[in-house]
Formats: sequence, C-alpha cells, structure tokens
Amino acid sequence: MEVRQISVFLENKAGQLANICRILADAQIDMKALNIAETADYGVLRLITDKPLKTLSVLTKNALVCTCSDVVAVKVPDQPGGLAGVLEVIAEKGISIEYMYSMLSSHFSGNAVMVFQTTESSKVFADAGLSVLDAGEVGINE
Amino acid sequence: MGYYSKEIECASRSEIRRLQDSRLVEQVRYVWDNVPYYRHKMEEKGVKPEDIRSIDDICKLPFLKKDDLRDAYPDGLRGAPKKDIVRIHSTSGTTGKRVVAYYTREDLELWDTCVARALCAADITDEDIVQVCYGYGLFTGGLGLHGGAEKLGCMVLPMSSGSTDRQLQFMEDLQSTVLCCTPSYAAYLAETITEKGLRDRIHLRRGIFGAEAWSEDMRASIEASLGIKAHDIYGLTELSGPGVAYECSEQSGMHINEDHFYAEIIDPDTCESLPLGSKGELVITSLTKKGFPLLRYRTRDICILSAEKCSCGRTFVKMSRPMGRSDDMLIVKGVNVFPSQIETVLIQQGYAANYQIIVDRQNHSDTLDVLIEMTPENFSDNLGKITAQEKSLVAELKAMLGIYANVHLVAPKTIARSEGKAVRVIDKRKI
Ligand SMILES: [Zn+2]
Repeated sequence: MEVRQISVFLENKAGQLANICRILADAQIDMKALNIAETADYGVLRLITDKPLKTLSVLTKNALVCTCSDVVAVKVPDQPGGLAGVLEVIAEKGISIEYMYSMLSSHFSGNAVMVFQTTESSKVFADAGLSVLDAGEVGINE
Repeated sequence: MGYYSKEIECASRSEIRRLQDSRLVEQVRYVWDNVPYYRHKMEEKGVKPEDIRSIDDICKLPFLKKDDLRDAYPDGLRGAPKKDIVRIHSTSGTTGKRVVAYYTREDLELWDTCVARALCAADITDEDIVQVCYGYGLFTGGLGLHGGAEKLGCMVLPMSSGSTDRQLQFMEDLQSTVLCCTPSYAAYLAETITEKGLRDRIHLRRGIFGAEAWSEDMRASIEASLGIKAHDIYGLTELSGPGVAYECSEQSGMHINEDHFYAEIIDPDTCESLPLGSKGELVITSLTKKGFPLLRYRTRDICILSAEKCSCGRTFVKMSRPMGRSDDMLIVKGVNVFPSQIETVLIQQGYAANYQIIVDRQNHSDTLDVLIEMTPENFSDNLGKITAQEKSLVAELKAMLGIYANVHLVAPKTIARSEGKAVRVIDKRKI
C-alpha cells in the first residue's frame, strides 16, 4: 500500500499548529512525520499519521482545508553518505522530486526515512534498488 | 409561463407612455399639494405643476437625493396624513441617519402587485412553497416578498433571516420550492447544504435573490449547487422595496414596473440625462405612491436601461443588474473600484464569493488588501501551485481594477459571514 500524506492549509496565525495537533490528539491520531512549507502569509502542513483517512475527516470537520496524496517513503542508512547515495540513484534515473522531508523514528533500526513527493510511482524507486517502505512499515494501520 | 398583470406588462410602448404621461401629471400635482419639502424645491427651480404636461417634461423637475431624505427626516416627505398611513419601513443606512418611508393601504397593494409580477415572471405559481429568509421588520425584504407571494397565493414560510439550522429543517420538512433571500445568504445556504449532504432532501426550484450586488458567476454557482433557477429582483425602501424591477425567464436584465415607476439614467457628475443604452445613475420617479411619493429619486445605482424586445413578451424597459453604487464605489489611488469587480475575478478563479476588502492609507498612499478564503478545490500540497494561484489572482485583479491589490489567502470560514447583508468593505482611511 502506498504511503498517504495529508496536507493542510495553514494561515500564519498564532496557535494554528497547536490547534491542529490538539484536534489530532483528541481523535487519538498519532503523527509519524510532519513538515511545513511556508510563505509570509500562509503555509502548507504535511502530515503522515497512523490513520490518514480519519485525519482527513476530522480536520475537514474542523473547517480546515486538507488534501490527500500519495508519497514514497525510502529507507536511508543513518550514516555519512547515506542520503547522498539515495539521491544519486534518484538523479541517475531522472526522477523529479517536488519536495522531500525526513521522517524520524526509533523503529527503523539504524536507518532514517526520507519522504518524497514525485510524479513517479514507488515501483520506479524500488526498481532502482532503493528500499521503499509500504504504509504498514511507516506505521499506518488504517 | 404566466403573467400577473398581462395587460399592462405586455402593453404597447405607446400605451405605457400614455399611462405614464397622465400619471406623472397627476402625481406632480399631488406632490405639489401635499409635500411642502418638494414644492419648495420646485419653487426654487421655478417649476410649477402646470409646466409638467408629459413625461418629456420630467427633466424640468428637481432631483431628490439621499441627503434630502435625511434632511426631511422623519416625515418631511410624507405625502399622506398619518391616519391614511398603515405602515412604515426604514433603511439602516451606514452613516447613522435613518430614512423612513410611509405606506398607505393602496401603496402596500401596489407593492404586493409588483412583487407578485416578479414571482410570476420567475415561473412561480400558487402551487409553490415560498421560504422567505429576508429579515422581517423595518427592512423591506421580508414583508415585501411575503406580501407578493401571499397575493399570488403561494404557501409562505415567514422565516426571517438567521438560524440556518432551522431554515434547513423547514426547507426539508415542508419541501420549500422557492427561496427568497440575499444572494450571499443563498450562497451560504448552498455551501451548508452541500456540506451536510442535504442536496437530495431539498425541493427548491427557484430563487429570488436581491438587496445586494451579485454577479453572473455567483448566479451560476448558486444555481448549480442548489439545482434552481436564480432570479434577481430590484428595489429600494425609498421606492417601496423589492419589486421595482424583476427578472423574467431570460434572466438578462430586470423589467421595470413602468406603470408605477418611471426610470431615467443620468450622468452622476453632471446630472445630465443620458439616452437609452448609456451607463449611468438610475433615477426613479414613483408615479402612483401616495404615502411617500418620491419624484426623480437618485438611486446611486449605476446601470444601463434597454428597450429591446424581450422573448418573454413583456414590453417594460429592462435595467441591467446594478454594476455598482455610486456611493459604494471606492476610490483607491484615484481609481474607481467596485466590490462586484473583485467578486467577478474571485469566482472566475474558482474561489468563493466570500471576501473582504480592506482599504487603508500608509505613508500618504492608499493600500488595497483583499482577504480571500482558501477552498478545498484550490488547495494543493504543493506550495508552488498555491503561490502561482496567488500571483494569478493578483494579476487578474490588476487587469480588472487597474491597480495593485495585496491578496491574502486565509483559512475557510474565517471571514465574517453575515446572514443579512454582507460586510465586504472596511475602509480604514480617515478622509
Ligand atoms: Zn422579459
């Protein structure tokens, strides 16, 4: 199963992110990764949680604008040159990346995980010899 | 397709003109005899009732402006003795001073007739269930639509404004077929109905939306989301209320009830009369009202009149939807800005018509900021796509207005939504 990411429109106002985290906490949703891209006025919050569909519905109910998209999670050796190696493979294959961010967890024993937003499918990554994680492996259990 | 008063609504132009000629002569005499405030204005201009022999002489008469109505407050323009007055209505007015309009029993009768014509023109019959969510009370919207719908024989739900949940419950349980409210409230209801998934449980087929500016795009979006035909209706408290003009099945321009109201277009700066087809300020003369008989009232609404043949068969002149109000018009950096222009751009770009315009002055220069609510359709996890949309909004606004506007994308439902008239403009300049 592909890894689902939920993105949320964030107005640059005090307490916005705290509000979202509280909503998720009250719904017993566990965040696995979080990333924010922003301009001066607004931002996009990207989340990977254990329950993406529930996350989408609970945030929408709270009048937040959200969208759901698939991303690719790749295991990266947590050592010098680990990420460089992965990115070199991606560059070689000519895969274009819209954005990426890291996912931190103690569950990946000695590995880090990078999340990629790309137009390619996860299969392209796997075929290139990269270690792609499925939804269950990153902690999605919905 | 029905008419409420077919004989007059489809009369020949010359018949309408003859009626207007005689009614104007009579009305000018009536006003001269009963409204000292206006007689004084006529005397100042050196005009006597005998100088007015037909509609062609109307240009000899002095104008009435909103300021006159305020000067004459509370009853300097009342035309009938209090014992003949059966109701008043009043405008809220943004500047504090109210305007009070008076109605005799006959005035209410003709107002109801005008509204009944509007409903018929929108294909509404006595079979319909009409939910009126305009405010009842001093505001003319509620009682105006109510009176017309009742006169036509519809089943009327006098809901008044507000309490959206209750509105939706009645709409569903009593199977309302016609919705009457402001276009912004209609858009809000449409949004709520979609959100709550009630679309299949409502039976609306027509909407009569007036009392504030709206655009063709807003019409299309309301029609699509509610599955109705949306008709515009025009009127001012000063002239009775909604029903001065109304849209027929063509939905392009509103037929003016010309047996009761005579319309002219003038240049708002020079006050010169402009020929048919010119864009300018709408001036209306009430030909029959007795309680509050206004002659040559400057509406401040900018529009165009057209006498082209209409496919509905009505011969009444049509007015375009007001393109802005000469007093709602903002002057920013010396440029005329109408909120409706901004609305048009937003809807074209797929945003909701819920927005707020903030005008301020910094370092002796005007600033224009537009707050726009993000929508699920326009949102993307890709920040670049959002900033590109923002840029295109700025560019489209610049193209429409001729000046630069700062665009601010905000979270949905953060712009205050009024269930009556929407507050679209905040002018912070101290001029
Ligand atoms: Zn027509």
